[in-house]
Amino acid sequence: MEEKLNVDQNLVNRSREAAQKIADGIQVHINDNTTTTVERTVARLLGIDGIDAEEIPLPNVVVDQVLQSGELDKGIAYWIGNAMVETGDSPQEIAESVGEGKLSLVDLPEHDLDEVKKAVNSVAKDMYDQIEANRKEREELQKETPTGPKPWLYVIVATGNIYEDLQQAKAAAREGADIVAVIRSTAQSLLDYVPYGETTEGFGGTYATQENFKIMREGLDEVGKEEGRYIQLVNYCSGLCMPEIAAMGAIERLDMMLNDSMYGILFRDINMKRTFIDQYFSRMINAHAGIIINTGEDNYLTTADAVEEAHTVLASQFINEELGLRSGLKPELLGLGHAFEMDPSIEDGFLMEIAQAQMIRQIFPKAPLKYMPPTKYMTGDIFKGHIMDGMFNLASIMTGQGIQLLGMLTEAIHTPFLQDRALSIENAKYVFNNARHLGDEIKFKEDGKIQKRADKVLEETTEMLEEIADKGLMQALEDGMFADISRPKTGGKGADGVIEKDEEYYNPFLTLFRKGLDIK
Amino acid sequence: MKIDKTKVKPYGDTMNDGKVQLSFTLPLEASLESSEAARQLANKMGLKEVSVVETKDLGEGFSFYVLYGKLKHSVDTTKIKVAKVETDTMSYYEVNDFIKDKIGRKVTVVGACTGSDAHTVGLDAIMNMKGYAGEYGLERYPEINAFNMGSQVPNEELIEKAVKEDADAILVSQVVTQKDVHIKNLTELVELLEAENLRDEFILILGGPRISHELALELGFDAGFGPGTLPPDAASYIVQTLVDEDRV
Repeated sequence: MEEKLNVDQNLVNRSREAAQKIADGIQVHINDNTTTTVERTVARLLGIDGIDAEEIPLPNVVVDQVLQSGELDKGIAYWIGNAMVETGDSPQEIAESVGEGKLSLVDLPEHDLDEVKKAVNSVAKDMYDQIEANRKEREELQKETPTGPKPWLYVIVATGNIYEDLQQAKAAAREGADIVAVIRSTAQSLLDYVPYGETTEGFGGTYATQENFKIMREGLDEVGKEEGRYIQLVNYCSGLCMPEIAAMGAIERLDMMLNDSMYGILFRDINMKRTFIDQYFSRMINAHAGIIINTGEDNYLTTADAVEEAHTVLASQFINEELGLRSGLKPELLGLGHAFEMDPSIEDGFLMEIAQAQMIRQIFPKAPLKYMPPTKYMTGDIFKGHIMDGMFNLASIMTGQGIQLLGMLTEAIHTPFLQDRALSIENAKYVFNNARHLGDEIKFKEDGKIQKRADKVLEETTEMLEEIADKGLMQALEDGMFADISRPKTGGKGADGVIEKDEEYYNPFLTLFRKGLDIK
Repeated sequence: MKIDKTKVKPYGDTMNDGKVQLSFTLPLEASLESSEAARQLANKMGLKEVSVVETKDLGEGFSFYVLYGKLKHSVDTTKIKVAKVETDTMSYYEVNDFIKDKIGRKVTVVGACTGSDAHTVGLDAIMNMKGYAGEYGLERYPEINAFNMGSQVPNEELIEKAVKEDADAILVSQVVTQKDVHIKNLTELVELLEAENLRDEFILILGGPRISHELALELGFDAGFGPGTLPPDAASYIVQTLVDEDRV
């Protein structure tokens, strides 16, 4: 295909090299450490689910017990496996005994390591196969009822009540939505456990629980069959339980996860090391499950200026790409994020938006790019807002974006009404259909404003990435190089959940995923 | 044309035509009967000569309506009283000069999104160096020490910081207001300050898209700023209040 913009391949190569060096710098921490939530994820993947009498999730119960004995550095899989050999029980039965206070995992006699691994590996392989079966089921369903054309229409539901969410999601799917995200309840990202069971109360969203995932999945499959279009389900693989949410999503066949390598650090003040370790494991799960990740670069532009800081978005996309590939995610699963957030009063602002969108389209040709709508400059003037959303849709169809999070005319006012969602779907359908092949007709002027803007952003990006590669990503975050936000290396929430691995640390899923995903 | 200020009505294209547009969703499948239901509801809102100009089925038993009608009611605008921030907004330069001339020391402001609120867009618009809509944020003001604590800050931490920095003003931003989650949190801040005898130490300001001055006063704050507020609005209020209340 003829390229519409001239993108300096030399700068792209230099940027990717810098991103590799940056990733090397944090890989050491990832390899040497585990976290409490990674271990709880292993417990979940071994089939441990449910809550104890005090409503504490059993994955927390078993991991906390071992943590308190100071033995978590061997990995929860080791202790569960050891208990399996000793008792002959399943991981779930073992967790229930721990929950009832009848069993102390670290006080059991320690069995031969090979025997322990063998016991735990067979259960791990079952789950590995089950997730693979889910992936294949998705492929089958998408053959019968294909997904809609890209850009996919992505909408959000956020009632707090999973059953009401489902009703709104179904209505949206019938209107034409391709993707439904269930926004999480405010502050779930800072809970160090995943709530259990169906939920009907939440603030500004609905709790991510495995049961809620299941309810939405079933409902969307149903409406997808009726509409003849596979409807994709999204949740938020972020916060202090990032990999646990990934595991739950893999088990319930979600299709997409918000899953960024730095978002939690910058916007939730979660400890850096913890985030890097958690994102690595969670992305492996997503990769194995065939789940598309959505990265969160759009958020930078809500705190920093979209014109001046556009290069930080591209720089972060290079980093997210490199870290994603290292977790086994194929380029087709990298929904790299950006946003239409320039001040609408800027002359030729639309040209700059086009430059950015077209440039990243060419730099990441296989990625289903995630495009976020205007939010920062949306006001109570819903009529102007609706036009801004229309311009955003036009930018997207012109530049071949993949995932279009639909802007709501009431963005600045409330979580979307049913009618807001319907109006925004209609807006997108109109613009996408009416300008479907506009992009094919366009080649940008060699010395034009759009070409020059793209050149400038790419140059700044390469410069920024090379600077980060020299100082290290953690230092860059401390220096506030992203989103104008500075985070201390050792600070942040969840730092106490980072544990240095013992030499005998064991996690059967790391082995399975690395092999299955062909990760070195 | 003469306007009777004691009987003001909406204006469409003719004085006192009372023309209003509205839209809403009904939990009904679209049908002639559902459009009639929409029309009757508009009647009950006080609209005459209602036309339902758009009826659209939204699926799952819902439908959307756009309506026009003539409002029967009017208001006497000569009797309206609204609580509002009374200070005059000065420019960036005027604020800094005002501080130099009348206060003679730097003014310290601590800001945060408190409780579970993770939306810093409003706080950043006021505090961040770059500001919003062409206006520098408080961090840029040479005569203001501004501390932006970011999102999800517990009330206790905010107070601790304000005490430590010997702040003149505390600025709280709340964006998420679903199910009144902000009310409890804001009330708690005021109660904590009162319990520690610190309430009068600070000018306490509230901001956010769903915030009014009246609501802020009701909750025990000194002032509230709603949508459209720019950094100089907040800065002007703070510095003028410091001088007016002799707190320099």
